[in-house]
Amino acid sequence: MKFWRVPFDSGLIDTAKGTVFIIDDRCKGCGYCIEFCPRKILAFSNRFNKKGYHPPEAIKPDDCVNCHYCEIICPEFAIYSAESEASKTDSNSKPGKETGTI
Amino acid sequence: MTATASTTPVLKHPLDDLIRTDRIPHIWCTGCGTGTVFSACLNAMKSSGIDLQKTCMVSGIGCSGRAAGYVNLDSFHTTHGRAIPFATGLKLGNPELNVIVFSGDGDLFAIGGNHFIHAARRNIDMTVICVNNLTYGMTGGQVAATTPYKAKTTTTPMGNPETPFNLPLLAWASGATFVARWTMLHIRELMDCIQTAILKSGFSFIEVLAPCPTNYGRRNKEKGLESLKLYQDRTIIRNNADPADLDIDFQKGVVLGEFVNRERPTCIESYDRTCRPKG
Amino acid sequence: MKPAVLTGVHYMTGDEACAEGALAAGCRFFGGYPITPATEIAEHMAERLPEVGGTFIQMEDEIAAMASILGAAWAGQKTMTSTSGPGFSLMMENIGLGICTETPCVVVNVQRAGPSTGLPTMGAQGDMMQARWGSHGHYEIIALSPSSAQEFFDQTITAFNLSEKYRVPVIILADEVIGHMSEKVVIPRAEDIKLVSRPRPKGRKDRFRVYQPAENGVAPMPDAGEGYKIHVTGLTHDERGYPVMTVEAQAEMVTRITRKITDNRGDIIMTESSMVEDADIVLVSYGISGRTSLAAMHQARAMGMKVGLLRLLTIWPFAEEQIRALAERVKAFITVEINLGQMHLEVMRCAEGRAACHLVGHPGGTVITPEDVLARIKEVYK
Repeated sequence: MKFWRVPFDSGLIDTAKGTVFIIDDRCKGCGYCIEFCPRKILAFSNRFNKKGYHPPEAIKPDDCVNCHYCEIICPEFAIYSAESEASKTDSNSKPGKETGTI
Repeated sequence: MTATASTTPVLKHPLDDLIRTDRIPHIWCTGCGTGTVFSACLNAMKSSGIDLQKTCMVSGIGCSGRAAGYVNLDSFHTTHGRAIPFATGLKLGNPELNVIVFSGDGDLFAIGGNHFIHAARRNIDMTVICVNNLTYGMTGGQVAATTPYKAKTTTTPMGNPETPFNLPLLAWASGATFVARWTMLHIRELMDCIQTAILKSGFSFIEVLAPCPTNYGRRNKEKGLESLKLYQDRTIIRNNADPADLDIDFQKGVVLGEFVNRERPTCIESYDRTCRPKG
Repeated sequence: MKPAVLTGVHYMTGDEACAEGALAAGCRFFGGYPITPATEIAEHMAERLPEVGGTFIQMEDEIAAMASILGAAWAGQKTMTSTSGPGFSLMMENIGLGICTETPCVVVNVQRAGPSTGLPTMGAQGDMMQARWGSHGHYEIIALSPSSAQEFFDQTITAFNLSEKYRVPVIILADEVIGHMSEKVVIPRAEDIKLVSRPRPKGRKDRFRVYQPAENGVAPMPDAGEGYKIHVTGLTHDERGYPVMTVEAQAEMVTRITRKITDNRGDIIMTESSMVEDADIVLVSYGISGRTSLAAMHQARAMGMKVGLLRLLTIWPFAEEQIRALAERVKAFITVEINLGQMHLEVMRCAEGRAACHLVGHPGGTVITPEDVLARIKEVYK
């Protein structure tokens, strides 16, 4: 995230960390999640699902802040986010590199 | 790290308990807004805390009307335009039921217009969610009572000569006690709004603008993402705006928000007070 | 609260008797709309339903009235509406929804002369075929026809019982004459009235299939709000209630909902035979014309002519077996009805040329007199 100055309390505030899960075969390739993710972590993948669409994938999974916007804008129940394990255990640890896709 | 199919568990979407997963993927097109509005409605139903076992969804005919087939609750897919009187019977037959009508603009306001205004007049305790995609999507994109002036549809190939309804005005004038309008992009506001409507006693109406990229957008040079950009850039949130000012004009800016929130006895309260024997 | 069953001897109109019959049958929801000559049923229900803990609503049109009684039926109520020809036409689409979703309810049509606005205050029997074929698609329906105020009371109870047993809308085809005439009506004690309610599901809710029929072809029916998570749709559906767009699903569903009625004809068809054992001519009639025919039959017998009467209490399914059996030995049928030949067509179809088929009918507005029928009997008897 770009700051034009560093906030004084940036050391005290933890942004949430999330993991995005994509249910490939439900996706219809509308692109809404990709367009409206506030952190722009999603992009069309190259693979095809059963219906021939390109499901999204998390290209910058570490930047996910678990805002759930992809989950709520998706018309297909094909994507959701959850708080990632790493942020639950130790807020100062290095961000987890997990991405879940099926 | 990408997991392989054999080692990773099956993913479960948070709403999977509320949808008939054996019927997913659903029939709505790529980019159709109905799925998003439906999803918002389900989230609102969950967060409102109402007894879901006693919650019924009633819909009419049309793309939005198919929603009743996907919700994993008692649901009724009725005849075109008649979701509201059916829902009235359901509610009066068992006042403990929570009744949500989920349907489209053509179903609710053209063929179903008469039923809408009477249910609002009676203040039947139900929530009506109208997915307004400005057209009759299911049958291929014909002109509807909500289609903008000059828009191209299959039954107005030279452009629509008629002007559309102002739905919140119609709802307010008919006596609805809760009236709001959002778009399928304003999902958090929509979820809160649906929750308020569900928990509020009386006739609640929420208009939700949603794109129909396949049948409306395609003919009016508006792809799904372009519609969403319109919702993002050309809308203004103005709660408590005068319903008379709520015509849909993307040039001027479409007004969104909660416009009416008033109290009136519900149909059943009034019937019990007036018609039932005293004592 | 007042009693639902007004046990005793009354002097009331047919319409009132119908309303009291509904209440005695357990009807606790009425969604109606005014129309001559059925308005009195709605008015009576508006007064009585709150007294017995039920709900009355006058909807904005007949389409809404029919939709509302379907909704209330799924909420668990026994429901009814009443109308006449023009309203009956409006209700057709939703009657079809009721048939396809197998929703129990009763629709009363107090017939008046048609077509269109016709003669609103004058009776006829012109909607008989409409009751059978009025909605689109192929289906079976149950329709009854009362010939007196007492029978209007009794048949309303029967209509509810049949609609609950077979999960189908049942139509009562009365006429303005029966609806408006005042006669003696005896209402029995509540404990002497046999009532039938819809079959209820047993077993696990998550394994329940909303359109899985039991042995008699009728699926158990839960109420909305009980946790069965049913989906009910007018689209062609499978036993789960899910819409299925295949030829096989269509065949299965339509076959099941039609056989549900046709396989149980023996239980549903009710007729009253008078003096048919040795008859040369059998009158076939129903409703107010049934009484006309009975009088004519007695007059003919007094003149030495061997005439009998088959009075139809159940109009649909049609009493085919009785007509076929009679056609073997009688010389002629005379159908007496206030239309230009509707049930007459059914009699002709079933007689298959083995007996001559005649009609005494007119387009409506008044009753047929026994003298008219007798004149035809004399002609045919030659």
